[in-house]
Amino acid sequence: MALIGATSKNGARARWALLDFVVVVYALVPVLWIVSLSLKSKETIADGNFIPRSWTLQNYVDIFRTSEFLRALVNSIGIAIIATVIAVVLGTMAAYAIARLDFPGKQVLVGVSLLIAMFPQVSLVSPLFEMERSLGLFDTWPGLILPYITFALPLAIYTLSAFFREIPWELEKAAKMDGATPAQAFRRVIAPLAAPGVFTTAILVFIFCWNDFLFAISLTSTEASRTVPAALSFFTGSSQFEDPTGTISAAAVVITVPIILFVLFFQRRIVAGLTSGAVKG
Amino acid sequence: MAEIVLDKVTKRYPDGALAVSDVDITIADGEFIILVGPSGCGKSTTLNMIAGLEDITEGELRIDGQRVNERAPKDRDIAMVFQSYALYPHMSVRENMAFPLRLAKVDNATVTKKVEEAAKVLDLTQHLDRKPGNLSGGQRQRVAMGRAIVRNPKAFLMDEPLSNLDAKLRVQMRTSVSKLQRRLGTTTVYVTHDQTEAMTLGDRVVVMRGGLVQQIGSPQSLYEQPKNLFVAGFIGSPSMNFLPATLENGEVNTPLGAFPLTDRVRGLVEAANAPREVIIGLRPEHFEDATLLDDTERSRGGTFTATVEVLESMGSDKYAYFTLEGDAATSAELDELAADAGSHDTGDAGSQIVTRLSAASGAAEGAEAQVWFDADKLQVFDPGDGRNLTYAD
Amino acid sequence: MSHAIEEPAAPAKKGKKALSEGKRAERKLGLMLCAPAALVMVAVTGYPVLYSLWLSLQRYDLRFPDQREFIWFENYATVLGNSYWWTAFGVTALITVVSVVIELVLGMALALIMHRTLVARGLVRTVALIPYGIVTVVAAFSWRYAWTKDTGYLAQLFASDSDLLTQRVPALAIITLAEVWKTVPFMALLLMAGLALVPDDLLKAASMDGATAWQRFTKVMLPVMKPAILVALLFRTLDAFRIFDNIFVLTNGAQQTGSVSMQTYNNLIKGLNLGIGSTMSVLIFIAVAVIAFVFIKVFGTSAPGSDNGGKR
Repeated sequence: MALIGATSKNGARARWALLDFVVVVYALVPVLWIVSLSLKSKETIADGNFIPRSWTLQNYVDIFRTSEFLRALVNSIGIAIIATVIAVVLGTMAAYAIARLDFPGKQVLVGVSLLIAMFPQVSLVSPLFEMERSLGLFDTWPGLILPYITFALPLAIYTLSAFFREIPWELEKAAKMDGATPAQAFRRVIAPLAAPGVFTTAILVFIFCWNDFLFAISLTSTEASRTVPAALSFFTGSSQFEDPTGTISAAAVVITVPIILFVLFFQRRIVAGLTSGAVKG
Repeated sequence: MAEIVLDKVTKRYPDGALAVSDVDITIADGEFIILVGPSGCGKSTTLNMIAGLEDITEGELRIDGQRVNERAPKDRDIAMVFQSYALYPHMSVRENMAFPLRLAKVDNATVTKKVEEAAKVLDLTQHLDRKPGNLSGGQRQRVAMGRAIVRNPKAFLMDEPLSNLDAKLRVQMRTSVSKLQRRLGTTTVYVTHDQTEAMTLGDRVVVMRGGLVQQIGSPQSLYEQPKNLFVAGFIGSPSMNFLPATLENGEVNTPLGAFPLTDRVRGLVEAANAPREVIIGLRPEHFEDATLLDDTERSRGGTFTATVEVLESMGSDKYAYFTLEGDAATSAELDELAADAGSHDTGDAGSQIVTRLSAASGAAEGAEAQVWFDADKLQVFDPGDGRNLTYAD
Repeated sequence: MSHAIEEPAAPAKKGKKALSEGKRAERKLGLMLCAPAALVMVAVTGYPVLYSLWLSLQRYDLRFPDQREFIWFENYATVLGNSYWWTAFGVTALITVVSVVIELVLGMALALIMHRTLVARGLVRTVALIPYGIVTVVAAFSWRYAWTKDTGYLAQLFASDSDLLTQRVPALAIITLAEVWKTVPFMALLLMAGLALVPDDLLKAASMDGATAWQRFTKVMLPVMKPAILVALLFRTLDAFRIFDNIFVLTNGAQQTGSVSMQTYNNLIKGLNLGIGSTMSVLIFIAVAVIAFVFIKVFGTSAPGSDNGGKR
């Protein structure tokens, strides 16, 4: 009996291992392909081989030499970080209120943010384009940061209020009984418990801002505020007549690195953040 | 060490709901007092008001003679143990227990000493560096106790501290809580909805219902002399049997038959100006298998014969259940007790009674049994206001 | 609290309107904390939506600013009478339906794998997050080069002598593939959250009752998960309907592969026709509202967070 049990268990493990392998291939092949392209030399780039025949870092050297990419990278990082910080701060305040306080208009706020989460962004492109032109925000950092905050806020509010609802608030009472002032109770008990949720939300919001293409390409017109995803489609290679495949791939790999790092280090948090927000809303 | 006085303390919520009304309790220094009642009776609100976690709407709370209504919890020098234990999940056991001392800016050496002392008392020494998440329920409960005792507060407040433990552990912890309190001699207010805990732990018990104190007294006096139907039904397990009855010419007419009242009972009932329609109460242990008694014993009470519906043999005793024909006793108090016990509307016609018989009884399920009860232990209640008509001060 | 306090509470209930100090402070704090977030959201979406309605009723082409005038619904007539719009609409609807259906199936499979796998659960979950996290444009370039004649490994494998991205049907299939690849993990995560709500005991009970694995899946798991599935479908349908990035990179809308978002973008940023662009914006907004309405009213999807906005 035991033997049969063991073999069937091994069989199950093998089956799962196979399925896992399929998932890994599914998820990684397109990423590896773009990495492979970025490492191919100009002569072999069009050979259609999945694995480069000759390796080179020339594409990376090229993109970091052009202001076109460097400037876009600075824009991407700056805009995403600023938008993330603001959205998370505002979202934390609102989510705390939603999770903990009773006040009129709470349902409306929840409803409105849900509406925005589902809103077709392109519907905002036309009016924002016109408004930002007249306000002088077109093709500036704030011009992108503002819509990013708006669309990141519902995400932030949902995720955070789900996290905040999980915090055992009785601890606040316990801290008071243990002799803490309200400020001490917040700093020593509640803040350490809320921090992981805030951090997770920040990652999700950052990924969202980092990812955007529609606003980036519609509300910018020059290097002044164009982010990498938008800049990619304007790449022309180091000289004007050169095929930009290699450089685009290299740039694409560069902006994928932070995503990979987030996923590697914070997998558990990201999963928790996405699922908690989705189920408990 | 402190004396705690609640002087006409009232809690009214913003929507006008009255949670606690005119509570008067004087808790002596070192006393172990229990607040007990069904959920929603206001016992936790009362505790929270003593703690300072909820504002007192009216009345005065004095600790050691000083009014503390306006003081923040941290300035009252009171420790509390929560039902959920409320351990800080990001701190180790040691840090959890040290937290109140750290907040009080106690020096490191003293903190270490006190935490280790408390850990020794509570048998937590080997768990000091673990996180609460890795502890069993009983261990968590002890950490919560430890956090309360490290700083020698004036009083302990405990909000159903044992209700999250399984039955066996609960009994075990009950004894250790009692021992600990006796050893420290600290004034303790303990909230529970479990009447067994109330009976076994407290020096005195406060029974509450609907925000009002029903009766305050020692466990034994509550058991023997309940002031009203509610206390009578709440205290004791299995609970008191209630039957509708009529009083006539010194006799009581019940579904068990008609019996003369004993002199003691008759005196009290007459003095209390009892109505004709009453509810009588008899505790299960005041019944006995009539065949086991001699005639003199029998003559001190009444006997009836009925079919045993269910017989539970506990080893030391036997519980025999009977269903009597006729309407069951009804009153607001009894309905509430039934709702609290979750036994509302079980759909049985007639009234069910539980009797505790000697293990030697030959009663058998489905067979008729002759049962005797002690008529002098009879309690008589007014169905209108629930007052105990046989209550003697 | 309710029944126990009835008697004493009855007289007090009359003076109900007066809010206590604490309650008022709580309301004030709540409103103050929410105000900044609400303000930003209203300023950046509420106002522009109204503004876009206003613009859609005007002839307003930035190349001919002099001709700006109020023309009521003429733009709507123009757009709705235009075959390009309807082609784009059809393409969007097709991609939405096909990709969401495939995503649901694959997402469910992936969710089951992530939820139940005995080996390397952490690895699978980590790896599956990559498509979710990766920048859509990056993934789109990867797919584009993979299917580009000569350059691409997939092109070499499947169609070495023709350029699939320049043919309408294969191009649409590739767009759908790119969309599906990227969003299956997200769908799977939403579904996994639903899977976690299916109690293990329920599945054990079902197998004791004689249900096969497939029956357990269809008769027990799916019904219990239904709310989670509907929410996931709603999210993804609305998201798929605004498809833009993938099409922009893969075909740039050539060979009639453009979506409604592409059309709007082209009219607006390339054509600088604000009136027509805004009209399309409004139409897309209406379409999305209809989809959401259908999901919520017809399928009974419970919008997350709408039931209890966070009772303690």
